[in-house]
Amino acid sequence: MALLLKNGRLVDPAVGLDEVADIIIRDGVIVEIGKDLSIPKGETLDISEKIVLPGLVDVHTHLREPGREDEETVASGTAAAAHGGFTAVCAMPNTSPICDTGSKVRFLVERAAEEGRVRVYPIGAITKGQEGAALAEIGDMTAEGAVAFSDDGRGIQSSGVTRIAMDYLRAFNKPLIAHCEDESLVSHGVVNEGVISTRMGMPGWPSAAEEIMVARDLRLAELTGCRLHLAHLSTAGSVALVRDAKARGVSVTCEVTPHHLFLDEDAVIRYDTNLKMNPPLRTAEDRAALVEGLIDGTVDCIATDHAPHAAHEKELEFELAPFGTTGLETALSLVNTHLVATEKLTWADVTRLMCHGPRAALGLPGVRLEAGQVADITVVDPEARVEVTREWFASKSRNSAFLGHKLLGKASEVLVGGYFALKNGKVVAR
Amino acid sequence: MLSCKHIMTVDDMSAEDIQLILDTADSFTEVNERRIKKLPTLRGRTVVNLFLEPSTRTRMSFEIAAKRLSADGVNFTASSSATVKGESLRDTAKTLSAMACDLVVVRHKYAGAPQMLQECMDAHIVNGGDGVHEHPTQALLDLFTMRRTLGKLAGLRVGIVGDICHSRVAGSLVPALLKVGATPVIIGPPTLMPARPDILGAEVIYSLDEALPTLDVAYMLRVQFERADAMPIPSNREYAKLYGMNATRLAAGKPEMIVMHPGPMNRGVEISSDVADSPRTVVLDQVNAGVAVRMAVMFLLLGGEGGGAAA
Repeated sequence: MALLLKNGRLVDPAVGLDEVADIIIRDGVIVEIGKDLSIPKGETLDISEKIVLPGLVDVHTHLREPGREDEETVASGTAAAAHGGFTAVCAMPNTSPICDTGSKVRFLVERAAEEGRVRVYPIGAITKGQEGAALAEIGDMTAEGAVAFSDDGRGIQSSGVTRIAMDYLRAFNKPLIAHCEDESLVSHGVVNEGVISTRMGMPGWPSAAEEIMVARDLRLAELTGCRLHLAHLSTAGSVALVRDAKARGVSVTCEVTPHHLFLDEDAVIRYDTNLKMNPPLRTAEDRAALVEGLIDGTVDCIATDHAPHAAHEKELEFELAPFGTTGLETALSLVNTHLVATEKLTWADVTRLMCHGPRAALGLPGVRLEAGQVADITVVDPEARVEVTREWFASKSRNSAFLGHKLLGKASEVLVGGYFALKNGKVVAR
Repeated sequence: MLSCKHIMTVDDMSAEDIQLILDTADSFTEVNERRIKKLPTLRGRTVVNLFLEPSTRTRMSFEIAAKRLSADGVNFTASSSATVKGESLRDTAKTLSAMACDLVVVRHKYAGAPQMLQECMDAHIVNGGDGVHEHPTQALLDLFTMRRTLGKLAGLRVGIVGDICHSRVAGSLVPALLKVGATPVIIGPPTLMPARPDILGAEVIYSLDEALPTLDVAYMLRVQFERADAMPIPSNREYAKLYGMNATRLAAGKPEMIVMHPGPMNRGVEISSDVADSPRTVVLDQVNAGVAVRMAVMFLLLGGEGGGAAA
């Protein structure tokens, strides 16, 4: 089965590509890139005016299966990923039960093979039950396909445990993904500590609680030589710490989320629980520093922290509602609307931040727009108009921080191993 | 007429609204001194006291206010949070809305509960205290008491002393004082201040003794620390020594300075027993004002159909 994508603008800085050209895909592999190509039989799709990128990956997704299939499943979560333009997601281990053994990793790998619209790379827990105490069976999980390890959702509070985990992970050359939160400083904090916590009469979650753990983990990464990936950085101080550490040669990568890039604490004033995040939405200055980090290369990835939640739980009082927003389906449109269309970033930067950077950070298989490469491809219609409504999502959950936003640009096609997961903007059934 | 439909925060009210409420409360004070303390004003209107956090005095004050205006008052109390009990606050709100209530007074453990109710129902919402956020009718009754006792509000320097960051009373009193042209001074150790006291518009002073000589009102907040971890003060003893109102401090203040407290008082901690019982402490006037002010709030929000103003 052959597929010809005609007249798209192909952008992949990894192979020095930014030009209008055609791509021929056969048996799941890119076989030729060039001008005025044709195929004797098969399907031809004209994608004039669209942008063709190597397949985007989200390194921070909560698929909720097993345990909370009412909120998301491997099937619905990967459908949401395809809808948002991703060819792969990395699934965080804080499911129920927590993904902390080889057999639980295998369960996810098998579910993804059966149900997944896009590729799923499991992330294993660092400690048993994510309790921050005893190491989980990292070797077993690696053997079953875990690509990285994280106690995401809760930071490991003990420096000693973190150090042991980092030392052990070196044996497998897998990164530790750190959720940076000093719980003794955060306590019951639900909004950024500062103006918004003062105005709303809500417990604050101070920037320092993140930055202290970022600084600690950077030091421990230097001490152990472990690869460190910092999840969802939200403060200017964290970005500065990473910038300095990278200059020193520390083996560190980091991600920021669209909600921390495009929303700030002022949005929370109406007690909208869809804006309750961990870490919380910060200040306009923090936002600006995160964008600066994207531009100067301090930040390696834009990751969604896609966190589906049941409506009846998000509708609780602000202090009781769970943290998080869905993100897979809005990320690319937000990046285009606020960064590409405004000329802060180029499409080459987008591949750096949503494809190559994240793949390198977690050691995932690389993808390039090049003959011989597997056909994991994202096609973007940069002029598509998106209005984010509750009905628009493929995810099972609707708790988006961006409900009501009008966005520019949307993935129109997603190819995973040469098969359409998304076509003409619609998720393709398996 | 008030410019606001609800009183969820002090910011809902204009300076004129506050004046109107205080003036209306003045007229209701007279009613509260009669032998028959009842007006037909709100006959046929339904007022629900939705108290989802334990409270005795505030609930009673609203209840008495509703009864004196002949409204049908219904109490809905639950000591446990809505989640424990199994019905969400939104469902409770929709249930009350379906029963066609006219006004709901809500007391809740978490900030933002009045806003959540307002989204789910048509009734007027009065915030009876939400988390550590706001308690606007307390601020109104405090203003009323200051005005009655000191004859004015504009220009007063009001020291609010103690646990500012965990106080919904302070959360409403500071903006309310600013609206009427008084100067709030928040006094306490930095561990009891909100993260950004500078944005509140109040003066911030860490020493009570330093602030004391200029104050017209010393408003002592209740000190209550249940959490064992990260205690913000070393001991009640040291707190009383540094921030408690006692006879020595009372003597060091202006002779006309009054002492206020939202109650219930911790005698020996934020206020010594002799000061608590002194004529310069107007705690019972505050309680008394509470009924009149809450009558005024209900009367004005419900438009006073079925009768004129009290006077």
